[in-house]
Amino acid sequence: MDSDEDTFDNDNVDSGNVSSGDDDFAMEVDISSSRERQTEPEEYHYEVLTTDQIVQDMVDSISDVNGVVNLPRTITRILLNHFKWDKEKLMEKYFDGNEDKFFQDAHVVNPFNKPNTISVPKVTKSTTDEICEICFSRNPSGMMTGLECGHRFCKQCWGEYLTTKIMEEGVGQSISCAAHGCDILVDDVTVTKLVPDAKVRVKYQHLITNSFVECNRLLRWCPSADCTYAIKVSYVDARPVVCKCGHTFCFDCGENWHDPVQCRLLKKWLKKCDDDSETSNWIAANTKECPKCNVTIEKDGGCNHMVCKNQNCKHDFCWVCLGSWEPHGSSWYNCNRYDEDEARAARDAQEKLRSSLSRYLHYYNRYMNHMQSLKFENKLYASVKHKMEEMQQHNMSWIEVQFLKKAVDILCQCRQTLMCTYVFAYYLKKNNQSMIFEDNQKDLETATEKLSEYLERDITSENLADIKQKVQDKYRYCEKRRKVLLDHVHEGYEKDWWDYTE
Amino acid sequence: MSLVSKMESKSSATSPSERRLHKELLALIKEPPPGVKVDVDSVGKNLQEWKINIDGVEGTLYEGEHFQLLFKFNNKYPFDSPEVTFIGSNIPVHPHVYSNGHICLSILTDDWSPALSVQSVCLSISSMLSSCREKKRPPDNTLYVKTCNKNPKKTKWWYHDDTV
Ligand SMILES: [Zn+2]
Ligand SMILES: [Zn+2]
Ligand SMILES: [Zn+2]
Ligand SMILES: [Zn+2]
Repeated sequence: MDSDEDTFDNDNVDSGNVSSGDDDFAMEVDISSSRERQTEPEEYHYEVLTTDQIVQDMVDSISDVNGVVNLPRTITRILLNHFKWDKEKLMEKYFDGNEDKFFQDAHVVNPFNKPNTISVPKVTKSTTDEICEICFSRNPSGMMTGLECGHRFCKQCWGEYLTTKIMEEGVGQSISCAAHGCDILVDDVTVTKLVPDAKVRVKYQHLITNSFVECNRLLRWCPSADCTYAIKVSYVDARPVVCKCGHTFCFDCGENWHDPVQCRLLKKWLKKCDDDSETSNWIAANTKECPKCNVTIEKDGGCNHMVCKNQNCKHDFCWVCLGSWEPHGSSWYNCNRYDEDEARAARDAQEKLRSSLSRYLHYYNRYMNHMQSLKFENKLYASVKHKMEEMQQHNMSWIEVQFLKKAVDILCQCRQTLMCTYVFAYYLKKNNQSMIFEDNQKDLETATEKLSEYLERDITSENLADIKQKVQDKYRYCEKRRKVLLDHVHEGYEKDWWDYTE
Repeated sequence: MSLVSKMESKSSATSPSERRLHKELLALIKEPPPGVKVDVDSVGKNLQEWKINIDGVEGTLYEGEHFQLLFKFNNKYPFDSPEVTFIGSNIPVHPHVYSNGHICLSILTDDWSPALSVQSVCLSISSMLSSCREKKRPPDNTLYVKTCNKNPKKTKWWYHDDTV
């Protein structure tokens, strides 16, 4: 191992040997066997469900509740959805007393209020025609249908109505009765019965499943593009979960796993990055266009007397009022058309904006740098695979060349972590612990860049043994530094070391 | 009226949407509710655009005024709501009516039901006008008129307080 790394290690031992309850278990599944675990994180149990399993889970939930409350399954499903699939809450409210209000809030007709003898419309007599209020046509009663609310329309209009809701408006769970002002929900069996087109029924099933996952706290779709798996947990926590598609994300917020920064700050950061108004503010505050030739001019000094740098223009003008400079000539290089105090305040604000922006850009650039590098990971895996094949031709066994893949794995983990440390650091207030954190961050960053460099090198039969040693040393070191950094931040969470700027 | 008899004779209109519009039109011509009158000449041959005149109700702030509504239907009607705006020289000054004729009324979008009709929409608008206590434009009128989509159905309405 290189000597400089040994020194680093010893120097930082005081901040690194701390145990923490919150390790990033899932990301290190890969390497845990080769690593001596100082702290065994509390395991976070979760299941990866296919779409079919999700539907089954929904069916099971309904059965669970029906085992206790004896209601039609269609009603139970609507009730469960109303309570965001929280079975306990549903039962609690159900046995709480006010039955009418319970059903009314969930937009279903109280099944216990029905008269015992349900008046089934007589389908035998064709004389009992009814007029459908949608198509205005006269229909035999057998062609008319409706929900418990009693609003009846012809089956064809129902089918058309439901199809429009499902296909045009993308509504599944919350389709209500077609009558104006009636909020009674259409149950799934009714929809299935009245929609003639199988394609529409499939879309409906899809919408229902989606709203089941979206409103269920213990379920989350894998956010990876085109992935149809969902993760099911037994309690919600900001923990990494690994989908069957390979994507690792935070269960709580759905973003890529972002240790050591917390969901709240990450969200704030992402919003800030999305909103490029900061950058455009700076441009607005610091550049103007020459009033004559419209070339963009950036102001870099305090004087308001501007001379357009466009050699063909050279227009003289005042920065403050954008008027021609001539009338200002004798006013000591201040614009007398503009209130003094106001001008100074504007300048101060501009300064403030400029410095807060350059601070932001400092963190943003480093954050983006790691993100960009991560995007090359696929390319790197491919080139490493090629190298591994090359080395096998140099009489190394398959197992002996595995270290290269592992090096890339660790490189990616380190970049992911570093990326998030810049978000954490941006919001962090300076104190003694934050300085230790910054040192840790610097060490990990230096080591990570070095590892990355080693992986780019050419491998020849002469330097092969040497390179293997170096790469292994370096990734072990990176792994160690990464753990030190994370443990330190986690300890800070426990001991309340971190103050934030906002 | 010759038009009515002409329409009655060709009662076998083609699409369900046309069939329903046809029936609505006949009913509205034969038994118009007070203060509501279809401009029969305006109804296109495909039935997709109607102009309807409505009168300000006696004893309300709009007494003596005359307004015109434009209804546009697509072939999904009545499952899709009609596009309804005030047109012409006199747009009612009302807290839910923008000066470009757009109307902020929930049954025209979110609360539309296929069981509603041209007649029920006209009556709702008429009663919206009648219950007004102070003639004024919506507070965001200037901005809205400058920035809105031409089709009011494209607007994400925040429904104004109904009690106005
Ligand atoms: Zn019908
Ligand atoms: Zn109903
Ligand atoms: Zn996935
Ligand atoms: Zn998170």
